[in-house]
Amino acid sequence: MPTTLAKKLWDSHVVRSTPEEPDLLYVDLHLVHEVTSPQAFEGLRLSGRRVRRPDLTVATMDHNVPTRGGVRAADELSRKQMEVLAENCRREGIPLHQIGSRRQGIVHVIGPELGLTQPGMLIVCGDSHTSTHGAFGALAFGIGTSEVEMVLATQCLPQKRLRDLAVNVDGELPLGVTAKDVVLGLIGRTGISQGQGHLVEYRGSTIRALSMEGRMTVCNMSIEWGAKAGMVAPDDTTFTYLERRPHAPKGAEWDVALDYWRSLVTDDGAAFDQEISIDASHLEPHVTWGTNPGQVAPVTGRVPSPHSDTDERALRYMDLKPGTALADIAIDRVFIGSCTNARLEDLRAAAQVIAGKHVHSSVRAMVVPGSTSVKRAAEEEGLDAVFKAAGFEWRNAGCSMCLGMNPDILAPGERCASTSNRNFEGRQGSGGRTHLMSPPMAAAAAITGHLIDVRELL
Amino acid sequence: MEPVSKVTGRMAPLDRADVDTDQIIPKQFLKRIERTGYGPFLFYDWRAKGDFVLDRPEHKGASVLVTGENFGCGSSREHAPWAIKDAGYHAIISPTFADIFRANCYKTGILAVTLPDRQVRHLIDLATEDPAMEITVDLEAQEVRGDGFAYKFEIDAFARGMLLGGLDEITLVERHASSIGAFESQRPAWLPSAK
Repeated sequence: MPTTLAKKLWDSHVVRSTPEEPDLLYVDLHLVHEVTSPQAFEGLRLSGRRVRRPDLTVATMDHNVPTRGGVRAADELSRKQMEVLAENCRREGIPLHQIGSRRQGIVHVIGPELGLTQPGMLIVCGDSHTSTHGAFGALAFGIGTSEVEMVLATQCLPQKRLRDLAVNVDGELPLGVTAKDVVLGLIGRTGISQGQGHLVEYRGSTIRALSMEGRMTVCNMSIEWGAKAGMVAPDDTTFTYLERRPHAPKGAEWDVALDYWRSLVTDDGAAFDQEISIDASHLEPHVTWGTNPGQVAPVTGRVPSPHSDTDERALRYMDLKPGTALADIAIDRVFIGSCTNARLEDLRAAAQVIAGKHVHSSVRAMVVPGSTSVKRAAEEEGLDAVFKAAGFEWRNAGCSMCLGMNPDILAPGERCASTSNRNFEGRQGSGGRTHLMSPPMAAAAAITGHLIDVRELL
Repeated sequence: MEPVSKVTGRMAPLDRADVDTDQIIPKQFLKRIERTGYGPFLFYDWRAKGDFVLDRPEHKGASVLVTGENFGCGSSREHAPWAIKDAGYHAIISPTFADIFRANCYKTGILAVTLPDRQVRHLIDLATEDPAMEITVDLEAQEVRGDGFAYKFEIDAFARGMLLGGLDEITLVERHASSIGAFESQRPAWLPSAK
């Protein structure tokens, strides 16, 4: 029977399936960070259990690491969390990329760049943006801390089957329109909960034409419209990205793996429970105006009239009036970073807009590379010099102002053009106001001091 | 985990849709390494603004949170249900929950129950008009009932059994050690090792 990619991935990880219980799935890679793991390790200790497969577990410090000044710049509780992670990893023999080390970075950036994220795998992490890894044709989703403990102890996870949803994106992206605009446009259409209970496959010519970085951006935001996971079938773009990465298969094993990976596609005629189609050829750059990612519009548009209590509350929080041109909204801060948009390609795209220009006098702008490796690569090609010459702060890798657990936060009332994934109230700092957009759009806002259609600068 | 079969108490109406976990427990409180002690920080920013509905005297001591659709969207932080439970709410009623949040509630022993919009609206109105009124969320009977009404609800049978039995899910999975071992031994050799 023709089968969807998601079903193939699911079925290949079923350890045990009975009608009375959720399927028991085997986890190929468990990513761990400092914030959602301490209680899980503590639970193991209290029950006298050990980590079953430390060799299939990788830890990094990302959520609350300071992006300058090293570990000493962290507050006491953050430092404690990092110490506890290091101690847990030492005791259980789990590889750890700690602050200051060569490969440290945001958990969803380092998995792919190390070649640990591969097609066909089941990948979990105590972080909702784990869907990022689906870009490789993996089944990847976020879990809670109790589930983290489950995976540490058993390498398995009981999960109820989910429905299949296809998002078909076709057409050539216009100049200045990016993967971020594809996913923001999608969420603008679906709202923030249509994906609930679904595994999403992104398909179509637009997705095929995206780089791995772009596909990761799209899959990353699957959770922002409620989907459990998002994925893209692997193809030559995927294989080219993976080849020769540190943990990718080598030699004869590469050929065997490649044969298998090529089978990871949705068969012709396979049925989805739901399908959504998008014409990308008419997409425009998007920005959010509200306090959830579904409150979004093309930058050429205006702040809409509220349609619900949620909209009204959002406009109040954002201090915006209906009818205001989005391009007239002045900003105070710019954040280029996060697991959504802080890979090398993102930094290049932002640098291209910035080159030879300067950050507006009323704006404070920063770049936080997604990983130490991204930072190094960017410096090797001189991107740091471009950003610094333009007046950007050039920081060390981490989640940083995407969620503001470290010292990088907005002051109350400050308005930020951000390449991250969530514009929830207070997300980037209590009272802070977030507008989500692509890296080139954030770069353009940095230069002009207000939201602007980046196409005017290209 | 303690078995949970029913929650009886007053309702607290949080009449908002799309309440995200960043609101339930803001990030600055995720730095603790314990599972307890989050209650005082529940809805921290909203409460700091004053006159937050859950803090009104008539809703103090409520044990059932009644709220709008898509409750618990966003971050996977289990600190969100920990904070809700720590603050004394043992059941949440909403038209829909975000997937990860609902799973986290079950692990935490919170009865996350879905009812149709119309019934949730009725409960929110009731809680607002008559805050002293008590209702019962009965997991065994799969029913939310109060004075003059009884609403049936659906819940995943396995999750229900886990809650009613207060079972440790890891212990259940460990019973399948031989299946896990068999699966493990057949994994392709080229799959990556993190070492």
